[in-house]
Amino acid sequence: METGIQIGDVLLVTSIMFFIGVYGFVTRKNLIAVLMSLEIIINAAAINFVLINKLVFTTNLHGVFFTFFILAVAAVEVAIGLVIILNLYRLKDSIDPEEITTLKH
Amino acid sequence: MNWIDIVTIMRDEWSIIGILILLLAGEILVDKKQLSMLIPIAIGLFVLHTAMSFIPGDKATLFGGMYRTNEMMHFMKAILNVAVLIILFQSYDWVKTTLLPNGMANAFYMLLFAVLSGMYFLISAGDFIMFFIGFELSTLPIAAMAAFQLKEMRSTEAGIKLVLLAGLASGIMLYGISLMYAVTGTLYFDGFLSAYYHEPLLVFGFILFLSGLAFKISLVPFHFWAPDVYEGAPIAITSLLSVVSKAASVFILMILLLTVFKDLSDAWKMVLYILAVLTMTIGNLFALRQTNMKRFLAFSSIAQAGFILLGILAGGAVGAATVIYFVLIYVFTNLGAFGVIQAIKDESGKEDMTDYTGLYRTNPKLSLVLVLALFSLAGIPPVAGFFGKFFLFSAAAGKGYYILLIIAVINVTISLYYYLLPIRAMLLRTSDTPIPTTKSGNMMRIGLLICVAGIMILGLYSPVYSFVLGLTQSWL
Repeated sequence: METGIQIGDVLLVTSIMFFIGVYGFVTRKNLIAVLMSLEIIINAAAINFVLINKLVFTTNLHGVFFTFFILAVAAVEVAIGLVIILNLYRLKDSIDPEEITTLKH
Repeated sequence: MNWIDIVTIMRDEWSIIGILILLLAGEILVDKKQLSMLIPIAIGLFVLHTAMSFIPGDKATLFGGMYRTNEMMHFMKAILNVAVLIILFQSYDWVKTTLLPNGMANAFYMLLFAVLSGMYFLISAGDFIMFFIGFELSTLPIAAMAAFQLKEMRSTEAGIKLVLLAGLASGIMLYGISLMYAVTGTLYFDGFLSAYYHEPLLVFGFILFLSGLAFKISLVPFHFWAPDVYEGAPIAITSLLSVVSKAASVFILMILLLTVFKDLSDAWKMVLYILAVLTMTIGNLFALRQTNMKRFLAFSSIAQAGFILLGILAGGAVGAATVIYFVLIYVFTNLGAFGVIQAIKDESGKEDMTDYTGLYRTNPKLSLVLVLALFSLAGIPPVAGFFGKFFLFSAAAGKGYYILLIIAVINVTISLYYYLLPIRAMLLRTSDTPIPTTKSGNMMRIGLLICVAGIMILGLYSPVYSFVLGLTQSWL
C-alpha cells in the first residue's frame, strides 16, 4: 500500500512554482520583486532535488548535496543583484525595469 | 592517489587559485597608496601561469569522477589562458587610468582570475554539481565587473541585465537538471544516460538544460542580453564576455553533446540545426544596421556562434577539431578588433562607426590591425578566419548537411557587406574631424601584436590543425 506524497505530486507542485516564477520575472514592475521571482524558480529546482532524492533514489545523497550548492549560489546571486540594484537606485532614483532604457538599438 | 598526483593533475587550478590568494593577501597587507605595484605582479604571475599551461597534460580522473581531464581539455584551458593574457595586456592602460584611482584595480584582477578558475572547473566537470559551480563561478563575477564603472548609467544597466538574465538562465538549467535527475538517478556524467534516453521527461529536462547553455553562448532565441550588455560594459569586460566566456561555453557544450548526450543525438541534432540557422541569419541581419562598434561586434559574434554549431552538428573527431580550431582563431581575431576599439576609446572616448571615418590617415597601424581582424572575421583567404570557416563547412559537408551549408554560405556573403563598411570608412573616406593620432602604451602594443601574429600564423601554418585533430582523435 502506498501512502503519503507521490513523486507526481512533487513534480506538479514544483512545476507550478517554476512557472509562477517565470511569470513574475516577466511581469513585475520592481527589480526587487524580479529578484524574488528568480528565487522562486531556483527554489523549485531545489525542492525537486531534495524530494526526488528522498522518494525515488534513496540509496545515495546526490540530490541533497546538490541542494546545498544551489542554496549557496542563489545567495551569491541575490547579493550581486542587490548591490547592482542599489547602485542603480543611487544613479536614477527608481528601480522600475521599464525605465532602464539607456541601451537600445 | 596521493597528494602530489592531485597537485600535478590539477596544476592549472592550483596555480590560478594561488595567484588569487597572493592578490588577496596583497590587497590586505599592501599600503593603500602603493596598490599600483600589484598590477605588474598580477600580470607577471599570469604570464608564468600561461607559459606553464603549455606543458601537455595527461588523462586523469579525480574525486571519484567529479573532476576529469585529458590532453584536449588541457589544450582548451591553454587557449583560455592566452585569451585572458591578451585581455590583461589590452586593458592595462584602462585599469591604470580608470580603476586604480578608485582603488578597484586589484578587485578587477581577482574577479578576472576567479572567472577563469570557474571556466577550468566547467570544462573539467565530471558531474552536474561541478558543472553548475563552474557555470555560476564563470558568470556571476562578470556581472559584477560589467557594473564596474559605478558613476555610469550604461555600465550599471549592463550589470543588472546580465545578473538577472544569467540568474533566469541558471534557474531554467537547474530545473532541467532536476528533471533529468528524476529519470536517471545519478548526477555523474559517466553512465548518465544508460538505457534511459527514450524517456520524454528526460528529453524535456535536456531541452531546458540546453537553453541555459545556449544563453551563455548567446544563440538566437536567448541572445537579447548580449548587445545591451556588450555595449554598456567596459570594453575589457565586453571582450571577456564575447571571447573567453563564449569559448569556454562552446567547449563544454561540445564535450557534453558528443559524449554524455551522445545517445540523445536525434533530439539535439534537430534543435541545433534550427538554432544554427536562426543564429546565423538573425545575427547577421541585425549587424547590418548597427552604428556603435561594440554593438556591431556583439551581433557579429552572435553570428559567429551560429557557424560554430555547424562543427558540433558534424560531430566526431573531425567536427570537434574544427570547433576547437575555429575558436582558437576567433580568440585572436575578436581580441584584435576589441583591442583597437579599446585603444581608440582610451585616447579619444569615441566608439561610433562614423567616428572611425578617415582613421587610416591619422592612425595607420591601428586601422591596419582592425582591417586584418575584420577580414579574418569575414573569412577572406590569406588570413586565419578563412581556414577556420573552411574546415567547419567541410566538416558539415562531410556529414551531408548541404541545405544548412547553403544557408551558411549565404550568411557569409551578407556578413562580407557589413564587415567591409568600417573598412571603407577607415581607408577610403576622409573626415573633417578625424580621431587624433593616438599613441598607445607598450602593453597595448604587445597585446595587439600577439593578435596579429595569431591571425597571420594560424592561417599559414597548417600543423596546428593536425595537432588539434590528434588531440580530439585521442579523446573520442
